[in-house]
Amino acid sequence: MSIEALPAGEAARADGPVLQVDDLSVTFTRRGEAPTRAVDGVSFAVDAGETVGLVGESGCGKSVTSLAVMGLLPRRGVRVGGSVRFGGVELVGAPDRTLRDLRGADMAMVFQDPLSSLNPVVPIGTQVTEVLLEHRDVSRGEAADEATRLLDRVGIPDPGRRLKEYPHQLSGGMRQRALIAMALACSPRLLIADEPTTALDVTIQAQILELLRELVVDTGTALVMITHDLGVVAGLCDRVHVMYAGRIIESADRHDLFARPRHPYTGGLLASVPRLDGARGAPLTPIRGSARDTIPWAEGCAFAPRCDHAQDDCLTEVSGSTVPLEHDGPARELRCRHPLRRPPSATGATASGAAR
Amino acid sequence: MSAAEPLLRVEGLQVHFPIKRGLFVDRTVGHVRAVDGVDLAIDRGTTYGLVGESGCGKSTLGRAVLRLVEPTAGKVVFDGTDVASLSGEPLRAVRRRMQMVFQDPLGSLDPRQNVESLLSEPLRAHGLGGGREGIAAKIRGLLDAVGLPSAALRRYPHEFSGGQRQRIGIARAISLEPDLLIADEPVSALDVSVQAQVVNLLEELQQRLDLTYLVIAHDLAVVRHISDVVGVMYLGSLVEQAPSDALYDEPLHPYTRSLMSAVPVPDPEVEERRERILLAGDLPSPANPPSGCRFHTRCPWRQETRCDTEAPPLRELAPGRWVSCHWAEDIRDGVLRPKSPEEVAATQGVSVRASGAVNPETDALVQGVDTPVERR
Repeated sequence: MSIEALPAGEAARADGPVLQVDDLSVTFTRRGEAPTRAVDGVSFAVDAGETVGLVGESGCGKSVTSLAVMGLLPRRGVRVGGSVRFGGVELVGAPDRTLRDLRGADMAMVFQDPLSSLNPVVPIGTQVTEVLLEHRDVSRGEAADEATRLLDRVGIPDPGRRLKEYPHQLSGGMRQRALIAMALACSPRLLIADEPTTALDVTIQAQILELLRELVVDTGTALVMITHDLGVVAGLCDRVHVMYAGRIIESADRHDLFARPRHPYTGGLLASVPRLDGARGAPLTPIRGSARDTIPWAEGCAFAPRCDHAQDDCLTEVSGSTVPLEHDGPARELRCRHPLRRPPSATGATASGAAR
Repeated sequence: MSAAEPLLRVEGLQVHFPIKRGLFVDRTVGHVRAVDGVDLAIDRGTTYGLVGESGCGKSTLGRAVLRLVEPTAGKVVFDGTDVASLSGEPLRAVRRRMQMVFQDPLGSLDPRQNVESLLSEPLRAHGLGGGREGIAAKIRGLLDAVGLPSAALRRYPHEFSGGQRQRIGIARAISLEPDLLIADEPVSALDVSVQAQVVNLLEELQQRLDLTYLVIAHDLAVVRHISDVVGVMYLGSLVEQAPSDALYDEPLHPYTRSLMSAVPVPDPEVEERRERILLAGDLPSPANPPSGCRFHTRCPWRQETRCDTEAPPLRELAPGRWVSCHWAEDIRDGVLRPKSPEEVAATQGVSVRASGAVNPETDALVQGVDTPVERR
């Protein structure tokens, strides 16, 4: 196996969580427009060997969160607040040099679209060895050998030949594998996977998920999994944070969350996906409206316009305060004043017929 | 025409795309066999679900039925007439009765036409609706049917959310009161919470307007939810066809089994117990499909005999259950055990290559045909 366990010195340092995100906020500003707060007070922590899922629909801020953690957002027009500590090092406001040393070596990211994240005019081999040459004291020959081992490890057949090929010569699943191989090259302590399987077919998705699962078990890498697919979360993540309109609205352990969703949005999501193992013809109960129908968090719960449990005090002007993220039983947090009762009613969270 | 006659019958349909190469003269160096001999029948008022991975030819099949691509061979019999042989006015008349809902709702709506113009165009083109007032009334009815406010009429596609755009696409498709609606990945570009709205809308419209659906999708859970009969495609041909419940209760073809075991279920309890059959490698190139059974390069149940050399015909194992596998009975009865993907890869050696390995151009052609639109 080419990915060795953590060096002893680093393991000792990683006593606390590998990644600690506190009150992270990201605001996009454009001249002549009101600033957009894409991420608003997000806090979570990831331990070594743990898989944390960030779940939500398009526009909920999950990808921006990951980019902010990696320090990949542009400086102009973006304001990042709060704190992101990686192994004790503060990343928000850290100089580019520090970030460059960490990225690729200690923390790595796998993006959604493998074709646009690989350089189309550079062979795969060069792209994989680049990471090694940059961060490790190795010669070109050693780096090439290591790259072959990496490609082999992520399940690319005939890696020696593949190293000389260009991204367009690889299929979608192989490109994603190559991207994962690049991310793993320096045995990072933190891996952020942003929708790593969305562009892939289900059989390939199963292969990639299996690969990630092995990786976490074998090397103790902390994994942040960003996805909209609740099925992927159910099979992979230890802890799940559900995001809506830039804020975490519910956090729970995987079993707890799926057995007893408390936030009407989480319940609504679960009730609106057809299940392969469910009864056929069981009616789906969608959440009404779309992700556009939100109100700013300052005015009340952003989900209130789509929520069937919403009452007057979900609005700030009635209750006098915004909805806080509160402790809700052991290892659970919830941002809702009128949560679903346990166990959830069979009909799900929201009324059917959503055509409004 | 007897009542038992299916609304749509496809017989031996083939769509082959030539691969051209050469600087001055375009030589045809081979064919991508996107659809290679598919037979299927859809009864009136039912839903036929077609599933398969990207590049298996399911979208091409849907387009060939409408003759948006020309079939190379085979028949498409719609309500007693062979669509494949029609041209000119008769073809236009038949197309009025077969409409399509596309995957990408923004890409299939003209950004410079407002909703009123988008919805009235098909009516005017076919001379229906009865004049200006008739069309206006009809459009209002359509918007109502798909659950959009009449204020939407003056707006343009970019002003709507993905789900609303798909509703406009559906409204346009049903405006001509078709008999058959072909929906190509109708929900795959939408957010999870919105997908269910569109699925429910399709079901509701089917009941109200007595529509027949051909639903093409890669999401097995969605297809299972809305289909009466499901066909599974692999590399251009059907490998299994069965009533929805039967197929999901007991998939018979090895490919269907592995496909279904790959779909994650949003329930940790189920996820931990579930049997997973991982497939080795990628989809082979349809320009150079494997000999014998096309699935043999990745099949965990491959046997030494027959699989590599003899193409299995689609045969009826039980009433309504069609399977193309030599060993379907033995696999069902548990006589044969699956091998691990490593073993399959080892026995197949280099043949477990990605489609791109042999012919990058073909790969580019095949991919992207119906890969799901990215959701961000």
